[in-house]
Amino acid sequence: MTLRVRLNGRDLLLDVDPQRRLLDVLRDELRLTGSKEGCGEGECGACTVLLDGEPVCSCLVPAGQVDGSEIMTVEGLGDGELLSAVQDALVRFGGTQCGICTPGIAVCATAALRREPDASAERLRELLAGNLCRCTGYQLVIDALCAAARPAAGPSGEGAP
Amino acid sequence: MTTPWIRPATLDEALAVREEHADWRVLAGGTDLMVDAGRRPAPAGVIDLFGLPGLVGVEPMRDGSLRIGAATTYSMLLASDDVRRHLPLLAAVAREVGAWQIQARGTLGGNVGTCSPVGDTLPALLALDAEVELVSRKGVRLVAFDDFCTGYRTTDLRPGELIAALRFGRRALFASEGARHAWRKVGTRRAQSVSKVMLAAVAVLDDERRITCARLGLGAVRERPVRARAAEDLLVGERADAALAQRASEALTHDIAPIDDVRSTAAYRRDVAARLVRRFVLSLA
Repeated sequence: MTLRVRLNGRDLLLDVDPQRRLLDVLRDELRLTGSKEGCGEGECGACTVLLDGEPVCSCLVPAGQVDGSEIMTVEGLGDGELLSAVQDALVRFGGTQCGICTPGIAVCATAALRREPDASAERLRELLAGNLCRCTGYQLVIDALCAAARPAAGPSGEGAP
Repeated sequence: MTTPWIRPATLDEALAVREEHADWRVLAGGTDLMVDAGRRPAPAGVIDLFGLPGLVGVEPMRDGSLRIGAATTYSMLLASDDVRRHLPLLAAVAREVGAWQIQARGTLGGNVGTCSPVGDTLPALLALDAEVELVSRKGVRLVAFDDFCTGYRTTDLRPGELIAALRFGRRALFASEGARHAWRKVGTRRAQSVSKVMLAAVAVLDDERRITCARLGLGAVRERPVRARAAEDLLVGERADAALAQRASEALTHDIAPIDDVRSTAAYRRDVAARLVRRFVLSLA
């Protein structure tokens, strides 16, 4: 099956089995290995990509369903070596440890802040509830996202207006 | 070899494919079927209904009912003013399904088609007297969800049929001034966890706070989502108090049959289900 997609801003034609998981197409065919496979069952969010602007678990999306769609992976967030505001904040605040969950968090958070730029820390926790971290927890992630949303708010975004 | 894969452009085309290929898998958002896709034999073919225009959307009908297309996602339910206003119980359920990634893909019709005992929306469909709208090339068939679900992950879906929509004919009653509802999903974590026990409850009170109508839909306490009819029956005509709450919770034993499994124990489920019902009835006092 030939699929027409717009991936990280580039138009592509892909010839793949429609049953293959989008995650496998991204990693194995296109060598975009930023998206990780954590659970492979839609529970952990490590494989999150944006499909037409909405975060989805790429392990649960068969390739046949992305024909005609726009896909954004973690590789598409920054501009070359320049990190996006969300990525930069995750680095500065230490919102990452082993790194497996980080791409999915960066992608989902990007969608969250696009949709709700004024989201409270509590609302961000709800929007990011599908991204599990097993290293350290979520406080530094949420601090980073609050800072990315409100650059002037300082290091502790929790409880900021 | 690649799998035959059809994304119909219209419902008519989908029904033609469905009739011609009875063994093809009907796919919506993939949040159930893709989970173990790699461990099962590949289907002979796939009919991909995700986003099919005739199956998406929330529509108030002339007869006063609300019709929700089977391929409507949880995110769409949450964004719908009609759902929030007329089916607040369903809106509450949609908000607690999985997390954003699952809500963006999972569909109401998919939940009904899988008909798992832990399907999140199914207790609410029982509590709201929802009907399943089934279409085939022969026409439309309406079946109460309670009858459509026939057992452990089995349904009354017939050859050539697709689940087209869910219809909520009693939304006016269930969203009336005297109506109360509750949604409780008990699991290990608020998001992304499969439930140990679920309760979706509706009650309608008259001016004297007498219960005129009660629906208790429970999930994960039996091989299928189930209404606690014995408890419902003893609520109707009564005013809620602690004694009534206790009796209702004890009557659950007539309708539920929880088991021990990887997620919980029968004893825990029995105890928690009883508590959820007791608290709901107390909230009506």
